[in-house]
Amino acid sequence: MTTMTATGTMGTATRLGPVPGVLASMRAEARRVRKWPAVWITLGAWLALSAMFGYLFNYLAYTTGSGNFATEGQSRAALLASIMPGAVPDVLIDGMPMFGGALMMVLGALVAGNGYGWGTWKTIFTQGPSRVSAVLGSLLTLAGVVVAVVIVTLGFDLGLSLIVAATESQQVVWPSLAAVSQSVGAGLLVMGMWAMFGYLLGTLARGPALSVGLGLIWALVIENLLRGVGSMLGFVDTLTHFLPGTAAGSLVGSLVRGGSGDTPGVVAAISGERAVWTLAAYIVVLPLLSLVLVRRRDVA
Amino acid sequence: MSELVVQTTQLTKTYGARLAVDRVDMTVRRGEVYGFLGPNGAGKTTTLRMMLGLVRPTRGSARVLGRPAGDPAVTARTGALIEGPGFFPYLSGRENLRVMARYRGLGRDAVEEALARVALTDRGDDRFKGYSLGMKQRLGVASALMGDPELIVLDEPTNGLDPAGMADMRRLIVELASGGQTVVLSSHLLAEVQDICDRVGVIAGGHLLSESTVGELRGAASLRVRATPLDRAIAAGMRVAGDDSVAVDRDRLLITVSADRTPDVVRALVADGIDVHEVSTSERTLEEVFMEMTAAPAMGSQSQTDMEAVR
Repeated sequence: MTTMTATGTMGTATRLGPVPGVLASMRAEARRVRKWPAVWITLGAWLALSAMFGYLFNYLAYTTGSGNFATEGQSRAALLASIMPGAVPDVLIDGMPMFGGALMMVLGALVAGNGYGWGTWKTIFTQGPSRVSAVLGSLLTLAGVVVAVVIVTLGFDLGLSLIVAATESQQVVWPSLAAVSQSVGAGLLVMGMWAMFGYLLGTLARGPALSVGLGLIWALVIENLLRGVGSMLGFVDTLTHFLPGTAAGSLVGSLVRGGSGDTPGVVAAISGERAVWTLAAYIVVLPLLSLVLVRRRDVA
Repeated sequence: MSELVVQTTQLTKTYGARLAVDRVDMTVRRGEVYGFLGPNGAGKTTTLRMMLGLVRPTRGSARVLGRPAGDPAVTARTGALIEGPGFFPYLSGRENLRVMARYRGLGRDAVEEALARVALTDRGDDRFKGYSLGMKQRLGVASALMGDPELIVLDEPTNGLDPAGMADMRRLIVELASGGQTVVLSSHLLAEVQDICDRVGVIAGGHLLSESTVGELRGAASLRVRATPLDRAIAAGMRVAGDDSVAVDRDRLLITVSADRTPDVVRALVADGIDVHEVSTSERTLEEVFMEMTAAPAMGSQSQTDMEAVR
């Protein structure tokens, strides 16, 4: 090992104010998130799911004439229409309440939770920006990832539908701009809410394992069970109307016009408008809870 | 200069019934290397965490650079390696430092310089995950040095380093201090602290037992003399060193005087016609002092807290 030297001066540290503190934290967090294989694996898994359930299986069902569990009872014409460019707004959001949401929740839990096991939060909290600045920077970065995921998915779905249209020599009918923007907005709300849900769980559990496990059971199992019980018990039904998964499923359910209408997680429990407000409330409250938790706690 | 960089007042931390740190008043002066000593579980790291604002004190307070510990204005001027280095395992050492540099608002020059200081430039592009314990530790120190902070807190910085690495780390710390930076160093390697620290605080069972210079802590040297006849030698020794400074250990005299007075003692003995067979000086090492200080009280409070935990 060569010798260590203490000569020279390294750019003097200056105090960062709250706003520069958040910006600096965002730049730092974005750098490490961008280079994190787990983020790319999550995004890849989501795109693969979208391609399979949005296009591949329907296309195979269309070409072979056989139905699958999701396409049973649909005419071939309806099947083809559901994978054309005009149906992209539906396909984009159909899988988000449950599958896309679950993946975003995993991502949020990883971004927040891993730092406790690795000791990186401890290192970050001694760098200069306040804890609130550092966590806000992290939350904003996560929000940026969600925006990127929704936009990339839109482009990806459009590309696949164009390929199908070209292969089947169909005339390309573009979706309306209004329908696309509605779906993108709904996608941002649904995916953003689940990402923030995961971030809070990761913060609560101070690690990814427990938070991912509990979060997945919540999103994939418990809310569905509660909705099942709700059909028998009125007060449980009322309760489910306030749950995040129900709001996400209802918003998508209110927008998806075509399709089979029985995608897991897509429901019609509350109105689309109420679902928007419920999701918006979660997107504000969940990160605030994470901030309050981190601000007060002892970091080992 | 005696400006206080760190001052804790009655700093206390309890975890449930367990008292981790108990009313610690410690002071670190500007420009010094302060050694923080204590057995495992004595409360060293908890105290340092409170000093950095990572852990909230149950009672009492810590002020750093004139402001409350953990204030963003303070952490921006403080560099720290606490309880092992915490970095992103999937990033290289260099990338990890670049991320931390962004938090500090520093550029790439600061990263390269920090890597060079701990001799990691060549291995900077390897993943942190693949680093040896010593390399991880050096990266942690590099991160603490970025931005030339006024106060550098290093918790066991030589953990996992080989002997050459330890020597390099010692030299680095001395150089930092000579450059005007204040260093707080926790360690259980007493020889290391003895060599490089100006002042030391000794903590055991959550109590700060002592805070003083290394010299004060080690106290005066003692002189071992074998001379006959013993009774007249005792009288001569008392005349030179004072009545309370002479003890007898079997056939030897133990005289507590500073080392530069050894010739006076020998001269007095010879002048009295006493036969001097052997003279040796023995200076207490910091380790001996430390063992003496921490053994009894630490054991006592240990069993006491164990009892409390049982209750």
